[in-house]
Amino acid sequence: MSRRSLSLLKTLTGSTIQTRSVTYMPRPGDGAPRAVTLIPGDGIGPLVTNAVEQVMEAMHAPIYFEKYDVHGEMKRVPMEVMESIKKNKVCLKGGLKTPVGGGVSSLNVQLRKELDLFASLVNCFNLPGLPTRHENVDIVVIRENTEGEYAGLEHEVVPGVVESLKVITKFCSERIAKYAFEYAYLNNRKKVTAVHKANIMKLADGLFLESCREVAKKYPSITYNEIIVDNCCMQLVAKPEQFDVMVTPNLYGNLVANTAAGIAGGTGVMPGGNVGADHAVFEQGASAGNVGKDSILRDNKANPVALLLSSSMMLRHLQFPSFADRLETAVKRVIAEGKCRTKDLGGTSTTQEVVDAVIANLD
Amino acid sequence: MARRSGSILTRLLTNPPSPFTTPTRAITYMPRPGDGAPRTVTLIPGDGIGPLVTGAVEQVMEAMHAPVHFERYEVLGHMRKVPEEVIESVKRNKVCLKGGLATPVGGGVSSLNMQLRKELDIFASLVNCINVPGLATRHENVDIVVIRENTEGEYAGLEHEVVPGVVESLKVITKFCSERIARYAFEYAYLNNRKKVTAVHKANIMKLADGLFLESCREVAKNYPGITYNEIIVDNCCMQLVAKPEQFDVMVTPNLYGNLVANTAAGIAGGTGVMPGGNVGAEHAIFEQGASAGNVGNDKIVEQKKANPVALLLSSAMMLRHLRFPTFADRLETAVKQVIQEGKFRTKDLGGDCTTQEVVDAVIKALE
Repeated sequence: MSRRSLSLLKTLTGSTIQTRSVTYMPRPGDGAPRAVTLIPGDGIGPLVTNAVEQVMEAMHAPIYFEKYDVHGEMKRVPMEVMESIKKNKVCLKGGLKTPVGGGVSSLNVQLRKELDLFASLVNCFNLPGLPTRHENVDIVVIRENTEGEYAGLEHEVVPGVVESLKVITKFCSERIAKYAFEYAYLNNRKKVTAVHKANIMKLADGLFLESCREVAKKYPSITYNEIIVDNCCMQLVAKPEQFDVMVTPNLYGNLVANTAAGIAGGTGVMPGGNVGADHAVFEQGASAGNVGKDSILRDNKANPVALLLSSSMMLRHLQFPSFADRLETAVKRVIAEGKCRTKDLGGTSTTQEVVDAVIANLD
Repeated sequence: MARRSGSILTRLLTNPPSPFTTPTRAITYMPRPGDGAPRTVTLIPGDGIGPLVTGAVEQVMEAMHAPVHFERYEVLGHMRKVPEEVIESVKRNKVCLKGGLATPVGGGVSSLNMQLRKELDIFASLVNCINVPGLATRHENVDIVVIRENTEGEYAGLEHEVVPGVVESLKVITKFCSERIARYAFEYAYLNNRKKVTAVHKANIMKLADGLFLESCREVAKNYPGITYNEIIVDNCCMQLVAKPEQFDVMVTPNLYGNLVANTAAGIAGGTGVMPGGNVGAEHAIFEQGASAGNVGNDKIVEQKKANPVALLLSSAMMLRHLRFPTFADRLETAVKQVIQEGKFRTKDLGGDCTTQEVVDAVIKALE
């Protein structure tokens, strides 16, 4: 009896990843293929974007990539790349390395400013089958992407003295707050938390908070609260389940997003994207500011999961919900089974092995 | 070990993990700024059970705070034409939700349903006939999508009396319409990961008309090598539907066969009271009960208010998805399926005894 009950048990407690069957009536012409700009970038960038290309091919997804070579040490993003993104409206990016110091502005920030991608969104959640020290994490960090500490306005007053301007405007704060509450409304989220340091930077972060409070009045059914950023970092690692949607200015958002990604499973698995009124760029949610160490590159052991989940967000953004669901289900199955995991998740697989497992799990 | 597995098994078998009680995480969806702006939808309650079921949809949308507001228009089946203002409204809003319009038998008054579809060129009608978990039927594993050409065929409405006592009725099949419905069917199969498209015809008898339809389907099939294509004669199709429905996936049909096949498939999968459906054209879309068996309910159902709102609720979930509000659509669908699975609130056609309002209240309660 034990032999039979064991196999029965296996089927009953088996895969808990259900496929969603969605009744969806497309408009005629919805199946026409879309062009997406692809920027592999530096470091692990080409490895993970290649993973996405392979999976899209296997799914016969109705998108085709226009690939462009951009490297972190270039002075500017080439004109043709910007034109391509403006034409296609959607871009998938691996990662661009930003040199430390040296006065060369980050190409990532340049892209975001030129295309006015004012909102950066990272969804940090526990993946079934991936054990972490923190449970019940499901945080969406919405970060203002164009101003704040990243305005890039620095000057040397006198030799040995540098001023760096942090710029906060009502316009940008209002629109990021509006986006955050609209996101919460559209996705049935119950709480929006504004992260700030207005006790010290009374005018700058105070203006940010004022804008958030004004927008909050229009959404009476969504709870709004505020938290000082140092307390926030502590609460994130102590009781992350209290956070739902978080709206932050630029720098705090970077730190909070990376912390939240770390507690929920690591920057190798969290999806994210940047969106503006007209364009959207999808990339790994939180990349901890680097494009991977050389040893990961040499052994081809970069984790493609984050970019695969981001490309699933991209498919949904392009209105191909069934393809997005198939991709997400396949990726989650692979993680839940636990057999193919890269080094950052505790396994020893290469990028290609994970990609093959995902392709095998597509139904 | 047998002792332990025995107790675990008993626990699992008495409380099976239902897909609706374990909370699924919401999908990761990055909206564009401004996606939350409310959309206007034209609402036509219609006749018979129409106002009852559209009232149900309005209540549920209100409870969900969905970003949809309805512009209601009175249209009744005995009117000669659909009023100009209603057509203007649908052209403006692009999306319409319809209860049902009674079509008088005979009498020379053309059906208002048909009029709407022709004027707005809504050429594809889509009905998804699928077993709903918790609702027992004689047929299992049914998941059929019937895509039916909506504007020509036997429904061209061109009839004349040649001499007294002799009437000719024209069935019109054109390459243009057949091609576009075949293209829509294969595109649907591609976008929704369906493996097979079956064309339903009677070309052994109507060699030219249905032959033209089949030719168009075969041409489009060549562009989709990953999808299996086959053809079936409509009489055999009806028999196969009731014998082995699991062999069908997506079915593309001309107008009349589509009507019959859709109603048969709806019947075997649980009844016309639960199947969602819609009509779509290049620019507009109208959502209504998937298959209505050509009537708007008998008077008794209207009197006792026992019409089944499930079909129109699931169609309005399709509408929310069409309007790009996927999270609201998912919540509504989950709530409705939970109510059906629990089995406590069912109207007469599903074997229960509830009124429409009780089902609506149960759905609203199931929305968390």
